Amino acid sequence: MSIKQLGEASVELPKGILRQRWYVYAIIVVLVLLVLVLATSIGSVSVPFSTTFSILADKLPFVDITPTWSVNIETIIFDIRLPRVLMAGLVGAALAIAGATYQGLFRNPLADPYLIGVAQGASLGAVIGFLLPVSWNLAGFGLIPLLAFVGALLATTTVYLLARVGKALPVTTLILAGVALSALLSSIVSYLVISSGESMKAIIFWLMGSFALSDWSEVGIVLPYVAAGVVVITLFGRMLNVMQLDEEQAQQLGVNVERLKIILLAAATLITAASVAFVGTIGFVGIIIPHAVRLVWGSDHRSLLPLSVLIGAIFMILTDLIARTILSPTEIPIGVITAICGAPFFLYLLRRRKKAIF
Amino acid sequence: MIELEMQKVSLGYNHHPILRDMNLKVSPGELVGLIGPNGCGKSTLIKAFSHIINPMSGRILVDGRVISVIPRRELARLVGVVPQIPLLPSTFSAFEIVLMGRNPHLGLFQSEGPRDWNLALQAMQKTATQSLADRRVNELSGGEIQCLLIARALVQETKAILLDEPTANLDIGRQVEILDLMKDLCRTQNLTVLAALHDLNLAAQYCDRLVLIHDGRIHAEGKPSEVITNKNIKQVYGAENCVYTHPVNGLPIVLVGAARK
Repeated sequence: MSIKQLGEASVELPKGILRQRWYVYAIIVVLVLLVLVLATSIGSVSVPFSTTFSILADKLPFVDITPTWSVNIETIIFDIRLPRVLMAGLVGAALAIAGATYQGLFRNPLADPYLIGVAQGASLGAVIGFLLPVSWNLAGFGLIPLLAFVGALLATTTVYLLARVGKALPVTTLILAGVALSALLSSIVSYLVISSGESMKAIIFWLMGSFALSDWSEVGIVLPYVAAGVVVITLFGRMLNVMQLDEEQAQQLGVNVERLKIILLAAATLITAASVAFVGTIGFVGIIIPHAVRLVWGSDHRSLLPLSVLIGAIFMILTDLIARTILSPTEIPIGVITAICGAPFFLYLLRRRKKAIF
Repeated sequence: MIELEMQKVSLGYNHHPILRDMNLKVSPGELVGLIGPNGCGKSTLIKAFSHIINPMSGRILVDGRVISVIPRRELARLVGVVPQIPLLPSTFSAFEIVLMGRNPHLGLFQSEGPRDWNLALQAMQKTATQSLADRRVNELSGGEIQCLLIARALVQETKAILLDEPTANLDIGRQVEILDLMKDLCRTQNLTVLAALHDLNLAAQYCDRLVLIHDGRIHAEGKPSEVITNKNIKQVYGAENCVYTHPVNGLPIVLVGAARK
């Protein structure tokens, strides 16, 4: 038994019910920053950790460090590597929290951010973008990301409309409609890919995901989506816990279940769509990171959601680091690395801990 | 304190009515028992009073307001429900399940504080479940879960409580404890209680009023001695001459099989 004291009220709480302590978050946030600086300093031109740290610190407001480095190094660190690393962190965070949200909402451990058509919709949009003989740039959105984003939203909206029965949205119907539409779109994508001729390699590379093209303008577009989505989703952690009972009990405990579904589906789908539109349909992160967080820190959504954001960011930054350095100067598609590195680690966690997590 | 009321309500699923033209009123401080054979619609009625299903026709009123215009969160502060034993997710502790009863009292930006924890611990004491607090709910027995769900409804601090077979999995000692608790809440806090009960004897002993449902209608309604009669029991359950009078308190008791010899 642990005792929690707050002013006059002293409550003896059963052990194991306290939420994560603040220092768990503090340590992980520091870890995210360290990984960020580390990943920024490693690359084809190796920059010492301390120099990278100074360059980045110099960019912060109210910090002024006399440069001991060349302008070239600063360009590499700040204009080339940092946006790429940030983008990896953002996408990892987005996919992880979207996965945790879908899993909680559907009460299904196999759910991932692509379950209701985002990935296949984005893929079809992107492939069409590759095959069209035009290119343009609309407010920072290139043709391919724009079509991928629109495709992802069109696909999920279709699934949503197909699955809705009156005012209600039965979860099983939603999943089945998602699987069916994804299969349909996937077959169209496959056909387009094999008949795409010389752009085939570029398309396949896009489908497996890459951060190679990420720059500041893309970070600027994705960041607001991810930030807003993360804030909205984490506000509903307690209600997602109540949803784990079943929809009937959740309603009797004051949760407006249908409204909650729409808010969370919209938020999770938007951040997923914004992410995959720029970097391709990176697999594995969205399903595995939330489970890894559950294995280590438990299943309370109030800690699961923010911790998935942080761990997802760390994981994606590190896998992108491996993807661009291990066979340098060749890059490996990130989707390959996420599974190769992530699966064994996840299986290790799974074996180590036998407690029910879902 | 609130009143629950049905005016000419028909209830059912997929346009197939189970209950027709129900007129029913439960007043504050009253413990009303719903009795009737399996599948007669007791649970459906409880779902209607917690707005899980909408009536096919008629009006359901909670505190004089049509139930469908009351927001979920507000309704959950007025009416608490103890469902029939559901499957509970194995990841939560008993204490966490009870604490979920505070959900309708907490805003989006709030989380539970000492007052909520105290309420939960008190409710667990009242239902004799405090020793289970840190156990995972998948390790608990049906009866223990039933008591937890009652604790959760108490933590909800509602003005009415609906119970669906609250004593079905309890031993005789626990049955008496739980119904004593409900009766006490009715008397001291003017709580409105509507309980679907299978056990006719418990229903007769504890309820102020009984509603006997049969063939989609209210077959009989009134004091236990007016509802549990040889005639009604024969018509509804097909058992003959099995109603006796309790030797001490004079309430009806049902002894099946005793009339054979």
